[in-house]
Parts: sequence; structure tokens; C-alpha cells
Amino acid sequence: MKTKPKLIDELGMHRTLTRLAHEIIEHNKGIESIALVGIKTRGEFIAKRLAERITSIEKKELLIGMLDITLYRDDLRAKLKQPILKGTDIAFDVTDKNIVLVDDVLFTGRTIRAALDQLMDLGRPKTIQLAVLIDRGHRELPIRADFVGKNVPTSDNQEIQVRLKEVDGEDSVLLIEKV
Amino acid sequence: MPLQSRHLLGLEGVSRDDIQLVLDTATNFREVLERPIKKVPTLQGKTIVNLFFESSTRTRISFELAERRLSADVVNFSVAGSSVAKGETLKDTARNIEAMKIDMVVVRHSSPGAALFLSRVMNANIINAGDGTHEHPTQALLDMYTIREKFGKLEGLNVCIVGDISHSRVALSNIYGMQTMGANVSVCGPTTLIPKDIKKLGVKVYHNIDDAIRDADILNVLRIQLERQDRSFLPSTREYHNYFGITKERLSKSKKPITIMHPGPINRDVEISADVADGEQSVILQQVLNGVAVRMAVLYLLGTGN
Amino acid sequence: MKILVKNARIIEPSENIDQVADILIVDGIIEKIAPKIAASGNVQEYVLDGKIVAPGFIDMHVHLREPGYEHKETIETGLDAAAAGGFTAVCCMPNTNPPIDDASVVKFIREKSEKTLNGLVDVYPVAAATKHREGKELSPMIELVEAGAVAFSDDGSPIENPEIMRRALEYSNMLGKIIIQHPEDRSLARGGMMNEGLVSTSLGLPPIPSIAEEIMIDRDIQIAKYVGASYHAAHISTAGSVEIIRQAKKKNLPVTCEVTPHHFTLTDEAVRTFDTNTKMNPPLRTKADVDAIKEGLRDGTIDVIASDHAPHSFDEKEVEFLEAPFGIVGLETAVGLAITELVIPKILSINQLIEKFSINPRKILSLPSVKIKVGEKTNFTILDIQKQWKVDAQKFKSKSKNTPFDGRTLIGKCFAIINNGRVHFSD
Repeated sequence: MKTKPKLIDELGMHRTLTRLAHEIIEHNKGIESIALVGIKTRGEFIAKRLAERITSIEKKELLIGMLDITLYRDDLRAKLKQPILKGTDIAFDVTDKNIVLVDDVLFTGRTIRAALDQLMDLGRPKTIQLAVLIDRGHRELPIRADFVGKNVPTSDNQEIQVRLKEVDGEDSVLLIEKV
Repeated sequence: MPLQSRHLLGLEGVSRDDIQLVLDTATNFREVLERPIKKVPTLQGKTIVNLFFESSTRTRISFELAERRLSADVVNFSVAGSSVAKGETLKDTARNIEAMKIDMVVVRHSSPGAALFLSRVMNANIINAGDGTHEHPTQALLDMYTIREKFGKLEGLNVCIVGDISHSRVALSNIYGMQTMGANVSVCGPTTLIPKDIKKLGVKVYHNIDDAIRDADILNVLRIQLERQDRSFLPSTREYHNYFGITKERLSKSKKPITIMHPGPINRDVEISADVADGEQSVILQQVLNGVAVRMAVLYLLGTGN
Repeated sequence: MKILVKNARIIEPSENIDQVADILIVDGIIEKIAPKIAASGNVQEYVLDGKIVAPGFIDMHVHLREPGYEHKETIETGLDAAAAGGFTAVCCMPNTNPPIDDASVVKFIREKSEKTLNGLVDVYPVAAATKHREGKELSPMIELVEAGAVAFSDDGSPIENPEIMRRALEYSNMLGKIIIQHPEDRSLARGGMMNEGLVSTSLGLPPIPSIAEEIMIDRDIQIAKYVGASYHAAHISTAGSVEIIRQAKKKNLPVTCEVTPHHFTLTDEAVRTFDTNTKMNPPLRTKADVDAIKEGLRDGTIDVIASDHAPHSFDEKEVEFLEAPFGIVGLETAVGLAITELVIPKILSINQLIEKFSINPRKILSLPSVKIKVGEKTNFTILDIQKQWKVDAQKFKSKSKNTPFDGRTLIGKCFAIINNGRVHFSD
């Protein structure tokens, strides 16, 4: 494997997240009945950081929840290894909320499909929007993000790695060439 | 880390890590059971057969709910009106069912080792829902889950199983599972209902219920099976109730509150008095709820991954 | 017809003979035994390279299943298995259908067995002690003896009623025949599937307590003593039974007993697999019982090794444990197990092994003795006690393959038998 220079460094990530927070507020004309739902694992931490920023801008708490989409994956039957369940934690009723799903990378769209199905099973949200740090293309389903940190066109033999302080000890986004 | 076996035949020899994994996984399904739509698409496309050669209402319903809540296709096969009544062997029944392309089998049978037998003649994942007087692993797992939910652990707790130990699959699975998880397991009952060599399994034996209550954190009260009385293990159920029945009065002698469990169905005022069964120390209904979550966890862990 | 057996190690315990020599057989009679016999004329010659020639072995506890259960075994397949296993004679048990409680059944078995393999293996029927083996009325013992029955037993079931046991012992004793008891107190063993102990507790299998066997033997010995009749306990399995019989023998009571190879080889630990080929009655017992049985064999308390060959078809055994029939085949593994488990570890000498397989059972049943002596009829079991081999149930001559020993490596095997003028090789 060959590692290219960072696509986003620590400062860049800070700026990107701040911009995304502003876009979410602007698009929804405030944060009334907005809830952020992070998709585990890294989406959870991105959602938390976005929530902090939105709260400091709007001076208001907003609802936040976490989604483990494992039980809704469409590749459970084919997977060689069994995923460990990390648990869904949404302590509010999603019905009539404007849900902003948060994930690190948007790729095929299958994770988002699973998350949409699961959200629907939890109630009837008014709208569901999608915020991602990186959109790397290669969609296999008709899904697009409402808020994108950075568009990174990639080829099949490339991989995007989002590293977060909470999990990986540093903030960065790397483009990796698979050999 | 998936389970070490592709079947759940019993808890004897199942590792601490595997039991832990089932219990941890069950926590996720307990959360699913609190949702407005208590169903996930996880086992979509999987076909599960509930093969019940003995009548059982609650275990079968609990499994069926667990299966349906994981979106599996469910077929129920019970002995009445089946080919077994026409003298078909278990192997033939198993092979015929398997020929219909099924993925998992939940089996209840009166012969110890019947689930193991199926695992040898079928390719499907086999889950033992009770094989005679041998094991009933999902019951013990849900018992452990319920204890862990209340106490936060199993290690070091004193669990006493009270009643007909000789003819209980629940007792054996409880002993194997809880000992693996570090609990101190004891049994209490009249000598005629305690197997001769049970001490060699490392359990303490009580014949006086008050002594058992004094030492216990949890009493797991077993059903006294009236239908076995033709063999004269007990003079009468009345005598059993008077000397071994769990009553409020007996429990009040204990300094600490004692958690009451029962695998059901309850014979009220035989092995347990009605006020204890319904009392605030009873977790009997939690056991029933947790049973669905634990069975979902087992089905998930055996039914996904390779 | 002349047969010359060369370089044989002849062991004849009753004559205290253990020598390497050649044996010349003419028309089925031993003509000459000498260090070197030169072949002359038309002689079939077999060079044994020191293999043991012993008086022919008899398995006094075999279920040939015919008539009635020919899907498990027939007289033909059973005798083929006996010959392969090294037995020149077998006693067949009466739990056939119809049972051997009528002279016509005895005659049927004798006639059929005489035609099988040209009469290579002698068959001595054990007739039922009671009509239909029901333990209620005595069978017509005189008629049965006249037809060829050599002993009486309700094997498969015990003679439970003590009064019937008394009458059976008295009446058979008048005829010079013994009662072979299947020692089991059915009320104590009711519903049981395996030995009562730690393993039955661990597996939740209904238990058979050791006392179910011991109480019956104890009772029977008292009856036998009271009426002064000979009593033989079949397939004993517990340390307690060994001790009870040891004490009876010390008092010179006319009590004998047998043990099966599986009861000195396996313990109830084998049942942990839930393999239905570990389900037999009496059940496999504990290590302490196995040790006591070995000691009983060594000190002479146990007179006989008998296989309790109990064939069941594969589909009868391929069922859940509770439903499976009791019993395993044993004719083709008995000698190998006995040499592996008893002779190699020096629990028994070769002489003692021959006593328990040949001399003692014939003595107990008052059958004509078999001797390796000039002028005697040829009746040999030829053993290769060094041969290492692997049990392969699919190669059994027996119609049934229900053995827990499939795949096990044994040392010692029958090489051939010679009986009634015929030579038969095992492999």
C-alpha cells in the first residue's frame, strides 16, 4: 500500500466541519425539530462534533442519536466475518423530526440505504437529510448527500481513510492506493 | 469474533467468551424490542424450522417471535399430525425437512442428545430447545442475561436451583453456564429429586430450603412436574410445598432480598406461592421478555457469517 | 484328507503343554504331534511361524437372531462372523421370534447351523427357561435338552420372580444343565439408559444403578445355594458383582460368571458422545468397575469371556439415544480386545486367556472337552497375538456393524480355525 499526502489535515477538518454546521443550520432555517443521527463508528463522532458546533452557534442544545446499521446490512449473508453489534442509541421519537444522518464517507450508498430503512422502522421522520465528510463517488443506489465536506473522485483501486482523534488519535483524511 | 460452534446444542463446554458474546449481543436485541417496529431485516431469506417433538407453548412462541422479529421465514412442525406419529424415524424426518432447503432448525425432543443427533445428520444450524432431561441452553442463557441485567455480573453470585433437579434440563444448563461465568451454583430439593453424583459437578447440595435461602442471592425455582409422580419420587405435592415451597414467610427470614426466577410454567402454590411469584423480587416476566432477545441473539450469531 | 500344521506354538493349558511342534491331522483326527514331521503323500501344509494353536474357542453368549430377526443377523452371517472372530463354537441365546422355548426351534437352529459353512462352527442353543421368556411358567426343559439345548436362560430379560428362579434351577439341575441369568432388577433399572453416576448426571440420561445387577446376583446365589443348583451370571459389569461372586466362590458355591470385552475395555465416559453404539445392557460402568473386572479375571472370579454379540441393523441404531436398542456386535472383536486389553498389559497369561475362551465355558456347560492330543478330534483356534490391525466395521462378516470399536487399533487376532475337518482363515 502506498499512502498519498493527506487530503485533509487537522486544520482542514476543523474548517470543513464548521462549514457543514453552518450549512445545516442555514438549510433548515434554524435548528427547530432537527436531530443529528451518527452512523457508527466514525459517523458517531462526526455527529458529536457537528452538534457541538451547532450548539455553540445557535446557543441551543439539539437532539443527537447513534445508529448501528449492522442488522439492516444487505451483505450479512455473504460476509465471511460476522460483525459485532455496537448498539443503536436513539433516545427520542424520530417521528416528525428533521433527521440529519451523519457518516464519514459516502461510497456505494448501501450503508445509507440500511440507515434509512432502520430510521423508518423507528418512526416517521418529517425529512431525512444526509451529511458526509467525504463523497468518493461510485454510487450503486440513487442516493446523494445534502451536505458534503469534500468531493474526492476516486478509482476502484483507491481507498479513503478518515482518521479521527476519538478513534485513531489524529484528525486527517488519507487517500490510499490498493496494490 | 463469531461463536466457536455453528450449533447451540448445550452449554457444557461452551467458553466464557462465547456466553459473553451471546449476552452482549442480546443487549442490542433488547433495544430492538423497545422500538415501535420490533423487527429488523437481519435474517431475511433464511428459513427456520421449529421442530417440536414435545408439547411446549412458551419456548416455541419465544423462538417463533425471535425468528419473526429477525425477518426469517418460519415453519412450525410439531408432533401431532406429523409423520412421526406414523412411525418415521427422527433421521428420516430431519432429512425430509432438510430436502426442502432450510437453514436452521430449533429442536425440542424428549431424548437427551437429540439435538446433537440432528447436527450429525443435517447440514442446517441446530439450536437445542430442550433435549429430554439433558440441556436447555437458551433458557440458561436468558436466566444469565436476567441476572446480569439485575446484578451487573454473574461472578461470585450464589444461585440456588430449587426443585426437581433429576429431571431438569434447565438445571443442567444453568449449572454448566453459570459455573463457567463464575457464579456459585447450588441445588436444593428432596433427595429423591437430586441426582446421586451431582456434587461431582461442583455444586453444593441442600435438602433444607431455609438453609438454601439463607445462603442464596438468587433462587431459580423449577416446576415440580406432577406427571412424574407415578414413580413415587414424592409422597405428595402438598408435602413438597410444605417443606420445599418458596413462600413469603420463608423468604422473610432472609436478611437480604432474594431474587426469584422460574423458567415456567408455574405451578402456583406447589413449588412457589402466588404472592412470591408475583412479588417485587420476582423477575419471572423479565425472564420471558429477555428470552426473546437472547434467542434473537443466538439466531443472529448462528445465522449470519460463515 | 491329511493336513500338516508346521511350526505351531501349541498351548494346551489342561495338559500343561506349551511347545513348538508340527501337527499331522488325518481325517479330522490328530494323528501325530512332533517337533518335525515330514510331509508325505497328498498333504495340505500350513506353516504357522510360531502362531499359537489353542483348543477351539467358544463364545457362550451370542444372539444369532434367527429365527425372527433376520434383518439383524442370520445363522449363516452369525456363524461366518464367529469363524472370522476365532470361535469354533457358539451358544445362541433364546430371545428369537419365536423364542427357543420349543424343541422345534432348537432343531431348526441345529439343522440350519449344520448346513452353514459345512458345519464349521458348532452351535449349542441355550433354550428359554420359561415359556415365551415371560418368567411365568417353566419351559419344557426335558424336551428341549433332548432336542439339543445345552443350558437355559431368559436372556434379554431376567428371571425376576424368585419362586420361578427356584423352580428353574431345581428342574434344570435335574437335567445337569445350568441356568444362565441376565442379572437385572427391572424395578431398579426401569427406564434406565446408562450407568448411574457422574456421566448420567451430566448427560441427563435416565440411570441404571449398579445395584440393579448386584441385588439380582446376590438373590440368585442364595436361591442356588438353597436348592444346590449351578448358576451362571451372564455379562456381569460391576465391582460389586465381582465381589459377590468372589465371596460365593470362596464358599465353594456352584456359581460361575462371564464378562464381555466391552465391559473390560470401555467406561461410561464413552457415552458422552451419545453414540448409540455405547448403549448396551448392562451399561458401560466406571473405571473402578473396569478395574475390578480385570482383577476378577486375573484372580479367577470371572470364569469366561463372552461377547454378548447383539447385532442390530444400522437404521435401528441410527436413532435418538432413548429409542436405540441395547447391544453391540462382538464376535469379531472379542479376541482382539481380550489380547489388547488383558494379555498385553499382563493381566492374563495366554493360558488364562485360553481357559476363559475355551476350557471354562465348556466345563460350565458340561460340553465335551476339546484337547490338542493325539487321537482327539481337531478343534483349533489359531492366534496371531502380534498382529496389529484396525477394526473396520464395514468389513465385518456379521450382518450388523453396530460396534463402538470401529477404527480402533488392536493387537492380536484370530489367524484361522480348524474344526470338523475344515480349515478356515480369518482374513
